[in-house]
Order: sequence, then structure tokens, then C-alpha cells
Amino acid sequence: MPLLMQSQSDDDQYVLVATLDNARNLSNILKAIAFKDHAIFTATPNGLRVTVEDSKCLQANAFIQAAIFQEFTIKEDLVGLQINLTVLLDCLSIFGGSTVPGTSTALRLCYKGYGHPLTLFLEEGGVVTVCKINTQEPEEPIDFEFCSSNVTNKVILLSESLKEAFSELDMTSEVLQITMSLSQPYFRLSTFGNAGSAHYDYPKDSDMMELFHCTTTQTNKYKMSLLKPSTKALALSSKVSVRTDSRGVLSLQYLVRNDDGQICFVDYYCCPDEEADDE
Amino acid sequence: MDCVVTGGNVKVLAKAIHSLSRIGDELYIEPQEGPGLALRCVNSSRSAYGCFLFSPLFFSRYIVPNGIAFRCRMSIKSVQAVFRSLASLEKTVEKCHIHLDKQKDRLTFTLHCKYGLLRTHNLSFQDSETLQAVFDKNSCKNVFRANPRLLVDTVAHFPPSMEEVTLSVSDERMWLRNHVDEELGDSSAMLTELFLVSDEFDHFAVQAHTSITFCLKELRGLLFFAENTGLPISMYFDEPGSPLVLSVSDSILEGDFVLATLSDDTRNDTRRGDTPPARPPDDFMNDDMDSYLIAMDTSIAPGPSTTDSTSSKQQVVANHRTRLHSEEEEEAETAEKDGPPNKKFCSLLFGSVLPLSSQMSTQPVSNQEVLASDSDDDTQID
Repeated sequence: MPLLMQSQSDDDQYVLVATLDNARNLSNILKAIAFKDHAIFTATPNGLRVTVEDSKCLQANAFIQAAIFQEFTIKEDLVGLQINLTVLLDCLSIFGGSTVPGTSTALRLCYKGYGHPLTLFLEEGGVVTVCKINTQEPEEPIDFEFCSSNVTNKVILLSESLKEAFSELDMTSEVLQITMSLSQPYFRLSTFGNAGSAHYDYPKDSDMMELFHCTTTQTNKYKMSLLKPSTKALALSSKVSVRTDSRGVLSLQYLVRNDDGQICFVDYYCCPDEEADDE
Repeated sequence: MDCVVTGGNVKVLAKAIHSLSRIGDELYIEPQEGPGLALRCVNSSRSAYGCFLFSPLFFSRYIVPNGIAFRCRMSIKSVQAVFRSLASLEKTVEKCHIHLDKQKDRLTFTLHCKYGLLRTHNLSFQDSETLQAVFDKNSCKNVFRANPRLLVDTVAHFPPSMEEVTLSVSDERMWLRNHVDEELGDSSAMLTELFLVSDEFDHFAVQAHTSITFCLKELRGLLFFAENTGLPISMYFDEPGSPLVLSVSDSILEGDFVLATLSDDTRNDTRRGDTPPARPPDDFMNDDMDSYLIAMDTSIAPGPSTTDSTSSKQQVVANHRTRLHSEEEEEAETAEKDGPPNKKFCSLLFGSVLPLSSQMSTQPVSNQEVLASDSDDDTQID
């Protein structure tokens, strides 16, 4: 690919260079967190983390490990930048983002450092497009202080079963209530809408439940509007881990397989709704 | 009430609900001991009515406490939500349990799905009267029965935006063409016409060479059900102005859709109040008027008292039948004034009020065949 071999000498001026044979491997996973325009990119030698936040209550992270990229060169320990995610996604699919097998857009992503634009070289069928996206002052992502030692309950489900539930959730309900308990109903999603209430129960011994680890019965409510964007990630994923900590903060971790069968992760953190009196 | 539907029947139930949703916004549920569970729907102008009756054999458990009549109506959207995805329903749902939670006053739908997943919907409902259209399809002169596929393919030629079609029959053929309202001066509209020969039908009996105009929307609704269940669809009708009845049935279920048809002299607005056009007046005074008008037979639920007041009203209609004719006039006039008669269909056919849907839903109704709905109950009492 001509673009990928392009003047290695240029690379010296970049603090970050990443190349992908198939730009969809990046764009797909970014779509799973694209619910707000501004995204914070944090690159370390391990890979790239992209963070999107909403209302200081919701945070979504997409992790793309260095190994996913065909080339991932970083000259500093940490490179941070903020960018308009919608614009970036538009650029990544500038060739139409066709899903026809055999045609893929190759990507080379370069960044010179603070104050410089993010430069994308995109190539498909011998045509090269160069996009320069202005970067913004990076903000500090919120730290939800969600650490595994505080996790009280954890279940791992095959996404398939949750997808259906989420696609049928009563959106007239303001909140989604998640119950995890030692006895029945074990894992329950509830909505309280105009038409009445609905519950989705997953028994702990279901084939859809890969892991059920519950230490205490917990019921928390989360704003439906905040959780809604996570369905994008759910749709892409094959498994999801649902965890809550002692404060009721919800962590949803999605395991996403890309076109090449590699594994990436997307996670969402969500604060419980104020009214929840489980504190 | 406590009933369980299993296997493929869950999908049939779901399809019936989806198909009724093409008619109206509210689903009337009436579990009866003998005939089974009735699901009914009527549109706001009362020009279309649909009913599915599932016999007790349809269910793997069907328990209706005798003596206590329970009927309710609820937003059809919320019931649809229970059965939202028909595709996944077939794959995942093994059993559907419907029961009445008396304590909480909720109708509970529990879907038992694969992998032990349990979906519970507790839906609120309102008490209601019985909703019952009175029609007699067996007295109709023209009777047809066809594979749903034939009608689906036929209807497919009409774009979804096309609201009304005219159906004409001769001894050998059935014609369908889109109905263009000449009064609107819409002469530029595209005309589509096609015919089916009698051979294509399973049953083709024509006694009257007539031509009727009706709405496609509800037909599409029933076709959706018939196509998916593979049940042949029967059509019964007489002449313009009298209803078209569409039916599907097998040993365990029965579905009837009754659609108003446009009456002949659409142009003569002044005569609207008189008699339903193309009807000799004495016929109209007759007792079997029910056979060609969609009359709503409704009665007060004897059980829990409805929020709306009036049990006294149920007596009224019994003795006002003789006055029906004159009342028709009044009502038709009222309809012209405050109803939404943008569709001539309704007012013409029923010669009666077009209740606002809200009114309709809160009115208790009489226990006799009534042509009109009851927005005029007050005047009747006087």
C-alpha cells in the first residue's frame, strides 16, 4: 500500500503514528461510544484509549490495544488530545465505509503534538485522502474510582440475551433498575413506564449467564437516557460484564471482536440515579 | 383470569395483537368461559372493528373464574410492547402466561424464554364495557374465500399511501381499483385497476353485482395475520354502505374484521341525515338492520364499577329503538357539526355520531344493539 510506505522520514516529526489496514477496526469501536461530540484520546505504549463523557455521570471508554494496529509508534509515555468524534468518524468513512469484503480503507493516523491537528491518511483503491482535524485542549477524564476491590456484584452475560432486553425496554420509563441478588430473581432489569412495569429476569444458572458473583442484594436505578448510548456498544459486543460497586456505580464492560477476530474492550461507567436510597 | 399459551400459539396471539393495532389504539380484552378469550378493537370513528376469539383449546391452560365477569381495555401499544419483536418471539419464547393480578390491579404477561429468561410485563388497564359489533356475515349475498397470498399479492399493487379501494364483482371476476374522490377534484391521481378471476379463489359466490369502497389499512392488518398463520381469508359483503366482513378461522380461533364501506350517493350531502343511502327506509326500521351496519353492542360490566358514572343509562336504549330513525338524524347532524367527518365513511355508514375517541372510551354503553355510540346518551335520557 503506497500510503503506508510513504516517506518514513516524515515520521520523525510525529509523536504518534498508528496504522491500520482496515480503518473499520477503529471506526466501529468508536461508534460504540459516539454519543457526544468531544472525545478525549489518551495514547500510551499499550495502545489508545478514547473517552467520551456525559453530564459528569456517564463515561464511556474504548480501548484499542497497540497490537490491533499494524504499526503503533509513540515517542512519549503519554499523548493526550481532544477531538470532535463526529468529525473523526466522518473522516474514517470518507470512502463510504463500504462493508464489501475485500475492500477496506487503510488508515495512517499521525499527530505531531500539542497544538497540531490530527492527520489522517486514508487510502482505498489507490486513492488517498488526507484529513486534518483540529485538536482541542484535552480535558481530564473523570475518575469514577471504580476499583475491583469495591465490586460487590458481578455478572457476565452473553450479549445476545441482553440485546433483546435492551431493544425491548420501555423507553417511557425514566430509569432502568438493576437488581442483583443472592436469591431470586438473581439478575433483574426493570422499567416503570406509562403502561406499567416490566421485568427481565436472568436466572443464575442460565446458559446466557457466564458468571454470577453476588455478595449482597443490590437494587439501583440508572437514568435510561444515560444508559441508552451503551446499546451501541452492546450491539457490537459478544459478551458483557455488569458490575456494581458498594456505591452503586455501574460498570458495563463489553468485549468486542473486530473484523479480524481481535478483541477490544469498551466500557461504560454510570452513576446511580439520585433517588436510589441504597447508599 | 389465568391462561397459558405455549409454542407457536404465542406467535399467533402476538400477530393477532399486531394486526388489531392497525385498527385502533385500545385493546378490549374479555375472557369468557365458553367461547374463550376475545380481543377486540374499534377505530375512533367506529368505521372499523376487529375481533379475535381464541377458544379455550388454543390455550394450554385457560381458567376464567365463573360468575365474575372481567373485561378491560388497555392501550394496544403497551400490549404490543410485550410482543414487540415477532422474530425473536418465535425463536426465544416458549410460554406466555397471562394472568390478572387482583391485588395490584395489573394484567400480567409473563414470557418464559429460552435459557430460563423470564420477561414480566405488568400492565395497567381500565375496566370497560363489552365491545361487540353486530353483524351477520351469513346473510351476505357475496361470499369469497381465498388464500391470503392471493390478496397479499393483490394489495401489494396499491401503494401504502393509498387509503381506499373499490372492489367490484361480476359472476366471473373481482375488480379492485383505487378510489379517487372526485369531489376533491383529484383527477390527476394515478388510477390502478386489476382484476382476479374466480378460479383464483377457493370459493366465489356472487349474488349481487355490486361495488364497494373501503379502507385498505384494516384489510392489510388482517392480511398480515392471515398470511403468517396461512389461514384462508373469507370476505362477505352486500352493497355499498353495508359493511364488508373479513374472516379467518380454524378450529381454535376466529378472527373477524368488519369494515365500513362508502355508501353510494356520496355527493348528496343533504340526504346524509335521512336514511343510510341506498337503503329503503322500512328496511332501516327493521330489526335486522344490524346485518348491514356495524352496530356496537355494548353493555356495562357488571363487575367492578367503572370510573364513569352511569349504570342508569343502560336502560335507556331498550325502549328507544323505535325512535332510532329520528335519532339517527339528530346524531348524524351532530356528527356533521362536531365530529371529525373528514372521512365520509364513518358518518355515512353509521349515520351516527363520531365520538371523539376520549368520549368513546369513557362512555358506558347500553345492552342493546345500538347503531350509534353513546355520546348522545344524555339526550336520550331526557
